[in-house]
Amino acid sequence: MKFKDYYSALGVERDASAAEIKQAYRKLAHKYHPDVSKDPAGEEKFKDIAEAYSTLKDSEKRAAYDQLGRHHEGENVEPPHSWQQGFAAGGATFGDVDMADILAAFAASRHGGGAGARTRPTRGEDFEVNAPITLEQIYEGGETDVRLSMPEYDEHGTLHRVPRTYRVKIPKGAEDGQRLRLSGKGGQGLDGGKHGDLYVVMKVIPHPLYRVSGNDLYIDLPLTPWEAVLGAAVQVPTLGGKVELTIPAGTAANRQFRLAKRGLPSAKGEQGNLYAVVRIEVPPAATARERELFEQLAAESKFNPRQHLI
Amino acid sequence: MTALLVEAVWLNDIALCSLDELAEFSGLSQDELADLMAIGAIEPDRSAAPARVFPAQTIVLARTARRLRDDFELDIHGVAMALNLLEKIHALETRLAALDAKLPHLP
Repeated sequence: MKFKDYYSALGVERDASAAEIKQAYRKLAHKYHPDVSKDPAGEEKFKDIAEAYSTLKDSEKRAAYDQLGRHHEGENVEPPHSWQQGFAAGGATFGDVDMADILAAFAASRHGGGAGARTRPTRGEDFEVNAPITLEQIYEGGETDVRLSMPEYDEHGTLHRVPRTYRVKIPKGAEDGQRLRLSGKGGQGLDGGKHGDLYVVMKVIPHPLYRVSGNDLYIDLPLTPWEAVLGAAVQVPTLGGKVELTIPAGTAANRQFRLAKRGLPSAKGEQGNLYAVVRIEVPPAATARERELFEQLAAESKFNPRQHLI
Repeated sequence: MTALLVEAVWLNDIALCSLDELAEFSGLSQDELADLMAIGAIEPDRSAAPARVFPAQTIVLARTARRLRDDFELDIHGVAMALNLLEKIHALETRLAALDAKLPHLP
C-alpha cells in the first residue's frame, strides 16, 4: 500500500501532543472544509486532513501508524503483521489497498477484541460522488454513468479497491447540487451490518449558450443596428431545436423575447421559458462605403437618446 | 466494465422519509434530530401531521449537520447556527446566479 505522511498532512512533528494535533486539525478544517472553504480544491485537501486526523487523534490508531516508521509520501510499504490480524490468512497482497481502508479495518478489528472476535454489526460507510450532467440531459431526462472505486472485501477477506459503474436515470428537472440516494451501494457493512449508501450529486456543466435561472434559460441575442431598427427574422437555438423569431422594427437593446416552454422542466412537471435578450452589436471597423452611409443617416436622423441629459 | 442500472431515490421535496430513516441515513441521534426540530432547523412535512415525516431533501440537511458536528466538533446549537448560515448563503448564491443569467455574456 502507498504510504501517506499524516504528520506532514497536518503540519505537525511526529512527537506532537494530542492537543497540538487537535489545534492543527482545527486550523486546517476551517481553511479547507468544503462547507466553509473558498478554495475549490478544498474538498480534496480536506479529505487528506480528515484522514490524517482520524488516525492521529486515536491513540491506538496512531501507535499502529507509527509502527510503519518514516517513509516517503507515496512509497510502497507492507503493513506490519499485527495489522493483518484483522484479515484472513496470508497470501493476501496489499499492493492495491488504500492505507486508510486498512487502518479503519484494523481499528474495527481491535475494538472487537482481536482477530475473528468482532461482535457488533457495523453499518458500512456512506460515500458521496459528483455526477456531471448537461442541460440537454436535464431537458430530455436521460441516464448517466457514475464511476467510482470502492473498498471491498473479497471472498478471502482481503481488502481491495474495486471499480464500480452505476447507471442512474436523470429525472427531468434535476437541479445543480441535487442528490440521488443509492441505498446499500456505499461501503460494506461489517459483521452482518447493513451496507452504507451512495449519494450521487448532480453537477450541472455550464452551457456555452444558455444561462440558468431556476427553470428559465437566458440566451444573448446579438442584432445589428439595422436589424433592430428595421426588424428581422432570426433563428434562435433552443434545447429542443432551432426556433424562428420575428424581431419587430424598432426593437431596443435588452428587450427580452420569451420563447414559451423552451426552458427546463421542473420536478413537478412545469416547463420553464427561454428568454432571448437583445444586444445591439456594432461592427468593429466600418468600410469606407459603410461610413458614408452611416454619416448620411447621422445627418438625416433627429433621434436624440440623450434628450433628458441636456 | 458493465454499468449496473440501479434504482435511486431522488432527494427532493416531493419524496418523503420517516424520522427513523432520517436518523439512520444521517447518523444523527433521535435526540439531536429532536433538538434541530425544536430550534426550527429541520421541519417535518406539515400536510402529513401528526405523523412525523419529512421531505427527502431533509436527508441532505441532516447529513450536513452530522458532518458539521463531527468535523468541527460542534454541539447541536453550533450546528443549527451553521446550517442556518449555510442556507442563507445558498439562497444568496441562487439569487446571484439568477441575476447574472440576465446580464450579457457575449464573448
